[in-house]
Amino acid sequence: MGGDLTLTSVTKRFGAFTAVDDLDLRVPEGSFFALLGPSGCGKTTTLRMVAGLDEPTTGTVLLGDTDITRLKPYKRPVNTVFQSYALFPHLTVADNVAFGLKRRGRRKIDDEVAEMLALVELQQLAKRRPGQLSGGQQQRVALARALINQPEVLLLDEPLGALDLKLRRQMQIELKRIQTEVGLTFVHVTHDQEEAMTMADTVAVMNEGRIEQLGPPEELYESPATTFVANFLGQSNLVAGSVTGTSGDLVHVEVHGARVFAGRSRSRVTEGDVWAGVRPEKVYLAGPGEEAADEVNSLRGGVVSDVSFVGVSTQYLVRMAWDQELTVFEQNTGARKRFRPGDQVDLHWRPEHTFLLDATQDAAAGVEREPV
Amino acid sequence: MSAAGHVPSLGPTEAQLTGRPDPASRRSGWSGYLLLLPGGLWLLLFFVVPTVTLMATSLYDPAGSLQTGYAMTGHWQNYVEALGDYAPQFVRSLVYALLATVACIVLGFPLAYAIAFKAGRWKNLMLVAVIAPFFTSFLVRTLSWQYILGDNEALVGFLRSIHVLAPDGYLLATPFAVVTGLTYNFLPFMVLPLYASLEKLDPRLIEAGADLYASPVTTFRTVTLPLAMPGLVAGTLLTFIPSAGDYINSELLGNPRTRMIGNEIQDLFGAGDYPTAASLSVTLMAAIVVLVFVYVRRAGTEELL
Ligand SMILES: Nc1ncnc2c1ncn2[C@@H]1O[C@H](COP(=O)(O)OP(=O)(O)O)[C@@H](O)[C@H]1O
Ligand SMILES: [Mg+2]
Repeated sequence: MGGDLTLTSVTKRFGAFTAVDDLDLRVPEGSFFALLGPSGCGKTTTLRMVAGLDEPTTGTVLLGDTDITRLKPYKRPVNTVFQSYALFPHLTVADNVAFGLKRRGRRKIDDEVAEMLALVELQQLAKRRPGQLSGGQQQRVALARALINQPEVLLLDEPLGALDLKLRRQMQIELKRIQTEVGLTFVHVTHDQEEAMTMADTVAVMNEGRIEQLGPPEELYESPATTFVANFLGQSNLVAGSVTGTSGDLVHVEVHGARVFAGRSRSRVTEGDVWAGVRPEKVYLAGPGEEAADEVNSLRGGVVSDVSFVGVSTQYLVRMAWDQELTVFEQNTGARKRFRPGDQVDLHWRPEHTFLLDATQDAAAGVEREPV
Repeated sequence: MSAAGHVPSLGPTEAQLTGRPDPASRRSGWSGYLLLLPGGLWLLLFFVVPTVTLMATSLYDPAGSLQTGYAMTGHWQNYVEALGDYAPQFVRSLVYALLATVACIVLGFPLAYAIAFKAGRWKNLMLVAVIAPFFTSFLVRTLSWQYILGDNEALVGFLRSIHVLAPDGYLLATPFAVVTGLTYNFLPFMVLPLYASLEKLDPRLIEAGADLYASPVTTFRTVTLPLAMPGLVAGTLLTFIPSAGDYINSELLGNPRTRMIGNEIQDLFGAGDYPTAASLSVTLMAAIVVLVFVYVRRAGTEELL
């Protein structure tokens, strides 16, 4: 088989409930692809349809040119690292890892198993049973058990979800290294946006059974297509405005009496009501009237309502005249003035950092994130 | 309590890891023995004493009787006689028990599997249905099989009409009827422990098997069955042991040539030949202990699969 993994108009219903809704997805061969979305948005269901554990209600799953929509799971060149690992408790680590090769009738696999255990640094634990391992070790057994089969596509369902933060960061780097080394297609499911962005070549943001936006992490971050992506991937300030005109590459927007500009390439709408968005770290603060370059966007008359120092940066909440609170991250370079709660401030940022979104979307979509 | 002053520890204690008693449990040892006392007394009274008595009886001089009393003469020839006279019944008992156990596995495994994985909200109802027969007496239930298997009843009529049975064929008073009765009576003892094992089995393991190139049959052999082994072993013991010693099913559903060792023991007791009956009982017990020991040892390995 081999080739890209393509899902075309895939829908999965459980009774009246639609878990995956008319999903189109193309995962290029050899890429590290992340499926990012909040809990319950249909990520696992999507993976299960690729693995063959669930059958789509409608739509097709292609691997290269081969239609695998109705192929039995044990006949697909696809392996899964399950959300809960699902290691076989009655088998040793080595036997868990050897399971897939044995089922395909391979003999003399000891060297291969040892090599794979070395790759995930578990040689010493080969004779243990899964119950005697820590979470991180179990996770690596699950990875080795899937990886040793050299599947066309490796599916990883929140494989790092059960690990603590430090181990998770370590495993992210490790996983990325292994993927580069073996060159297989990885489809990595996560609800952790940072994990998705640091690991994947391509990120698909999923919400309520649909793909909201798909692309390289930078593109999704700098130019979100929907309010959901703007809020779920990092944070965004979304301010209500309406387009007043265009000039060259810029779209002019009136925002609560001020005029701001947005780059045309980042404007999903170029007329009528919009959400004008900017990322908190793109904004810088200045005292009233202190900075007034014509080519920057400015919102004036804010009052600092909260300051939190987080080491590398300081996070400000600024209450605007129209009673909206905006977020500003300032790097702690020491070069810029520090403000206190109650200070009068103006907000400035560059026009190309502005993105415009459809005003009919919910500005709070994707804001609620579960605690990491 | 002596433990009150201890800092609660997470995870296994050193004693649990090394098998050595830790100082705390040694200090409170006497209370442990005190707690064992009721159970120990119970065992002494209802297990050790009867077993010793049984063994002693098996060595009495068979010349005695209940009326005249028995003399303890260490008459080991009881065993030789018993084995010589009743070898066929011994073999028959073990064969019938084995057949019934196999039948219980064949019927009970799918049933336990269905209850554990497929029953959904009917699960509890199905479990009650498995246990429900116990609300009726063992005797009554076995007697009702006389009716079910009877020569003039629907089942035999049907089997004759589809030529499974000859026109004058019958089921009652055959080895088949005895094994059927044993299977029926001990099936719940197979289903319940099997269910308990399967219920604990994470269905995602079965999916993991499928994901790793194992067909449903292979997944069953390499994942489901090994993980159901504790239940299967328990179920086998709970059906095989009582089946081998049973005499009701042979009595009610069999014929003189289906007599099991239990029937002989019961007759001998009835006739007052306590020494022979006791030596048969001890022999049966020993045979079962040996068989069970071998079985459990092998079940612990993959040899059995
Ligand atoms: N077998 C099922 N039957 C009914 N509903 C299901 C089933 N599997 C998943 N769902 C529902 O589909 C939705 C998506 O589930 P899932 O794909 O597991 O989400 P995610 O992995 O993104 O957290 C959830 O609302 C879940 O309750
Ligand atoms: Mg999930």
